[in-house]
Amino acid sequence: MDSFVNRFKKTASVWVDDGFANGFVGIDGAKGLNYPVFELPACDNAPHTDENSTTECRIKLQHGTTTLAFKFQNGIVVAVDSRASAGSYIASQTVKKVIEINPHLLGTMAGGAADCAFWERELGRRCRLYELRNKERISVAAASKLLVNMVYSYKGMGLSMGTMITGWDKTGPNLFYVDSDGTRLKGDLFSVGSGSTFAYGVLDSGFDFDMSTQDAIELGRRSIYHATHRDAASGGSINVYHVKEDGWEFINNYDVGDLHWEYQDQPKPRLTETAQPMLNIQA
Amino acid sequence: MSALEYNGGAIVAMAGKNCVAIAADKRLGVQLMTVSMDFQKIFQATDKSFIGLPGLATDVQTLSELFRFKTNMYKLREEREIEPRTLAHMVSSTLYERRFSYYFAEPVIAGLDKNNQPFICSMDLIGCINFAKDFVVSGTSSRSLYGMCESLWEPDLEPEDLFETISQSLLNAVDRDCLAGWGAVVHVITPERVITRHLKTRMD
Repeated sequence: MDSFVNRFKKTASVWVDDGFANGFVGIDGAKGLNYPVFELPACDNAPHTDENSTTECRIKLQHGTTTLAFKFQNGIVVAVDSRASAGSYIASQTVKKVIEINPHLLGTMAGGAADCAFWERELGRRCRLYELRNKERISVAAASKLLVNMVYSYKGMGLSMGTMITGWDKTGPNLFYVDSDGTRLKGDLFSVGSGSTFAYGVLDSGFDFDMSTQDAIELGRRSIYHATHRDAASGGSINVYHVKEDGWEFINNYDVGDLHWEYQDQPKPRLTETAQPMLNIQA
Repeated sequence: MSALEYNGGAIVAMAGKNCVAIAADKRLGVQLMTVSMDFQKIFQATDKSFIGLPGLATDVQTLSELFRFKTNMYKLREEREIEPRTLAHMVSSTLYERRFSYYFAEPVIAGLDKNNQPFICSMDLIGCINFAKDFVVSGTSSRSLYGMCESLWEPDLEPEDLFETISQSLLNAVDRDCLAGWGAVVHVITPERVITRHLKTRMD
């Protein structure tokens, strides 16, 4: 019986030796066991991509960001900042965080810059193939589902992205939030990134579905500006897009360095004259 | 995250011809959230010397009060103002007293001595002094500050040129640092007077 068991027992020299097991693991010729030929990305990339990892994290570009998108009567406004940071170092102030997937679809970038850029380009390729195969444009719902299915298959391997997919299809304007955990949400208003809480504050207080296009653009811009002001990891300049029935339109790029002093010179709105007085307020 | 990077901030000091300058940003944050844009990090010790304290805000304030107490006591006992070099050693030994439970601040000292010769130095958080003839930097932007100072600083600058050099160095360094900026202050110390200027900066 012992000899039978020993035939299947792993030898200590192969299994315990860390140097061998952690390196490029080859096939154990003696036993012919099915070791993976390559290291599993899920195991070995982690120290470089995991935010909570103790070792130095090198693939951490662009963790601070503020992006937002919201629906209103004339479509969708998308506004983003343009800072890329690696730790507390500002790697760039001129990042394009709105990814133009095709003339009708926009994606936004938060989390890992490379992850967002790569997977949204891949999404663009798949959307084009869909168009060629089906002789009609892909819906925003389907496009966002393509993306979420792609990233979900890499779940746990360190992908980091929080993105919004927007566009105009047969059903009208559409807005989806997709992240690397595999979350996919349909909604009317989202903000993503480290500065999102600040942006939500301004966005929620100023939002009105029936607002004009000009007001919607200004609300998006102002929300991002306030986020860049308070959030250290957001800044640079603001890019604003408007999604319309005939595709998206790039509105403008606004440098936050100048914008702050422009806003400073403007009179602040009087809240009590326009709003209904709040009655029955109790401590 | 390190306690030295919890609140953020940057300080630089430079020597010129019979003058010195010290400059700091104004940000106080809690990690990535900016809380104040008017936080004092440079403290006047005597007519012609300043202590810059970047680091953990609670320790910055504790230390500034402690140094105020110590320089006042020195003045009462000695009946003269403390020399910047002496001040540096006082700061250093104060920090070393807490060798095993340190204050999270890396001070910068700048001043003119009794012969109006420039004196600048920086320290680590337990009081190791770095004397320099040209410039010293400290805080979260120290790497970018070194880069700026190495390229902009030159010997024997007059007060106005020194002001321009230190301002450009600080402004461009904090523009590459998430945790510093949101306004800046510059003190130029000359034998006659101290010139204090507040700089308009990017606010993101």
